[in-house]
Amino acid sequence: MSQQLSANRNFDSMRKSLNTLGSSLGAIVLALVICGVLLLVTGKDPFAAYGKILETGLTGEKLLEMLKRATPLIFSAIAVAIGFKMNLFNIGVEGQYLFAALIAAEMGTHVSLPAPLHVLFILVVAMVSGAAWASIAAILKITRGINEVISTIMLNYIALSFIQWIFETFFRDDSDGGLNVKTTEIASSGRMPDLVDNRLNGMFIVALFVAFLYWVIVFRSRFGFQLRASGLNPIAARTAGIPAKRMILFALLLSGAVAGLVAMPSVIGDVYAYGPSSTPTQFGFAGITVALLGRNHPFGIIVAAMLFGFLDSTSAVLQLSEIPSSIVKVIQAIIVLVVVIVNEASSRRYNRKIAERAALALKSLDVSR
Amino acid sequence: MTNSKNFRLLVAIFGALAIISTVRLWTDQDGLTSSGTIGTALRLTVPILLAGMAGLWAERCGVLNIGIEGMMIFGTWAGAWGAWQFGPWVGLLFAILGGMFGGLVHSIATVRFNIDQVISGVVINLFAFFGVRYLSELVYVGKKGGGISQSPPQKWALPRFDLPILSGGEIAGWKSPDFLGWLELRRWFIIGDLGGIGRGLTHNISWATVIALVVVPVSTWVLWRTRFGLRLRSSGESPVAAESLGVDVIRLRYYGLLISGGLAGLAGGTLSIVASSYYRQGQTAGRGFIGLATMIFGNWRPSGIMTGAMLFGYAEGIKLVASDSITALFLFIAAISGVFLIYAIIRRKRIQVLIALVAFCLSALAYQTVDTVPESLTQSLPYVVTLIVLATANQRLRPPAMAGVPFRRGEPH
Repeated sequence: MSQQLSANRNFDSMRKSLNTLGSSLGAIVLALVICGVLLLVTGKDPFAAYGKILETGLTGEKLLEMLKRATPLIFSAIAVAIGFKMNLFNIGVEGQYLFAALIAAEMGTHVSLPAPLHVLFILVVAMVSGAAWASIAAILKITRGINEVISTIMLNYIALSFIQWIFETFFRDDSDGGLNVKTTEIASSGRMPDLVDNRLNGMFIVALFVAFLYWVIVFRSRFGFQLRASGLNPIAARTAGIPAKRMILFALLLSGAVAGLVAMPSVIGDVYAYGPSSTPTQFGFAGITVALLGRNHPFGIIVAAMLFGFLDSTSAVLQLSEIPSSIVKVIQAIIVLVVVIVNEASSRRYNRKIAERAALALKSLDVSR
Repeated sequence: MTNSKNFRLLVAIFGALAIISTVRLWTDQDGLTSSGTIGTALRLTVPILLAGMAGLWAERCGVLNIGIEGMMIFGTWAGAWGAWQFGPWVGLLFAILGGMFGGLVHSIATVRFNIDQVISGVVINLFAFFGVRYLSELVYVGKKGGGISQSPPQKWALPRFDLPILSGGEIAGWKSPDFLGWLELRRWFIIGDLGGIGRGLTHNISWATVIALVVVPVSTWVLWRTRFGLRLRSSGESPVAAESLGVDVIRLRYYGLLISGGLAGLAGGTLSIVASSYYRQGQTAGRGFIGLATMIFGNWRPSGIMTGAMLFGYAEGIKLVASDSITALFLFIAAISGVFLIYAIIRRKRIQVLIALVAFCLSALAYQTVDTVPESLTQSLPYVVTLIVLATANQRLRPPAMAGVPFRRGEPH
């Protein structure tokens, strides 16, 4: 009996993941169809557009660019996913990573360390500053009960103006007579080496490592279990003795620490400085979409980040063939919306099926008695 | 009861006026209450006010609306397009329709398919930002004065008017005297300020501003004085109970979100048609989120939202028109917290004494030491104020009980 049950359960979990995969793929196809209609309505040939995306995206050069573009998305999505796992919505990744980028870039110029340690120092500073900015939202939530959605939105904007002020008054590199809109460049010992010259830097490996750590910590450790339990059922978790406030603090700090790494591919791998125009923005929001698409699973996040990186890498070429490049971003937004809707609908159907089966089983027990 | 409440309000307004008038005469900063400042403040208040009302309608029917910013973006684009093609009035209509499109997407996602309301809002913001960029590439690129990030300039502007007799408006061709302007020029204590404020509110007013201001009493009346409003609010406070009484919660949430989207779209339209004469990428500049902040600041009530929007609009306006006067504001804040300090000491409220004392010392210090306030820091004022309000008055805020909780017909919670 118990053997049968466990076999059943294995079968169920397999079916569930197949279900997930199927519904995600189906949703992506559906989103592409919707975008195709959109292209058609606006007078563009969808087959030509998709053909162009595939044709240019699948060259070796573009595939490297895909990995490069996926790197910050992986960090950002994992930062968001850590929050999601505990039912916390960290919309503040944007502010956290920009703050961390500025502080880490500046601190990186003030120390002289041998090469690997210097890089490590900058990464640690970035993580600590990201966590520090996230801690404001955590403290507001723990002590005053303020919803983190609202506080992180407000903190994003506060971060933007705060960063601008610090940068302009203290950290800006004046050596060039005001031509440089950047912080001082980081010495060569603090730069992340390239994997492929000028195309992909070592931060990609760091991103994969962080994804692995995320999997170990959140899915395989005791802390991760407490985190997920608090997210799934806060009341049950509290009854089981899991300290709710401490979990909120840890989850947001961890999320902010990973968020701190988002701009690092640019800061220590590309530009070697922070600059308001050279440091990429908007990755915080992109990370939310990637986390949703990857369903908060590390493997799913990596695949989703690569899909978005792939689409982004083709946008420049689309422009040349008279298809507005913004369509790539529109496709991404529609994919996410459709995926979220389909996931919600399919999990609802799945739960209903389980409930029906359970009801049937109960009934049959009644009859035998 | 209401009489004493009204009396207290009157005393508070008069007291604040007396203080700001003293500060103005003391520091010689006429920009504090000049008609130019107040007029600009009013213009900047309108989009924030409408965005806040959009948030109110959504949350009162039980759905969080993080997507106000995106709906405003739809409004700016559609409004500018309509105004460019057919004139400003049609433009405003298109702006409302553009925002309603965003509201429709949000309602289908959250009410029909029950996905997380915050997620839907975030995705709508992204979708709007890049969607209008795509449309701009199709429609505006290659047109004279247009491009990927902006529309061609509009040929017509909305009519503006001055109030007759008070601010020198025309009655059937006769130019009436500018009474308030005359008062403002005299610079008398309080009366000069009243003149400036009054003239700012009645001089060179766009009809769109009037429409926006009318939204507030109309929303109040509909939400709190009609059957429809009662039902709409009940589906935000307790949808299960409402449904058991025969209220169609789903349909009301659709209505609420369409109205919310329409108001957000109108907010965007005022930016691209009234405040300027073309659409520009990034025109909304986070005003949707300031609107959201205003809604919280205003405790989910129209009058509170109005107050918050005026406060944030004034801060932005004085920065734009009379940036020299900003330092004088510190003196004003110091004086206000001084009054509160005395009040708190008399009432023996220990925490309030502490807060007022800290505010007094900080603002007095700021007035003494700060010469110019960096613009980058003043930009974040609405957000900082909202966080402070949330942190200090969280117990007294009362959002709709079930805002943010998905509802399915016939399911218990």
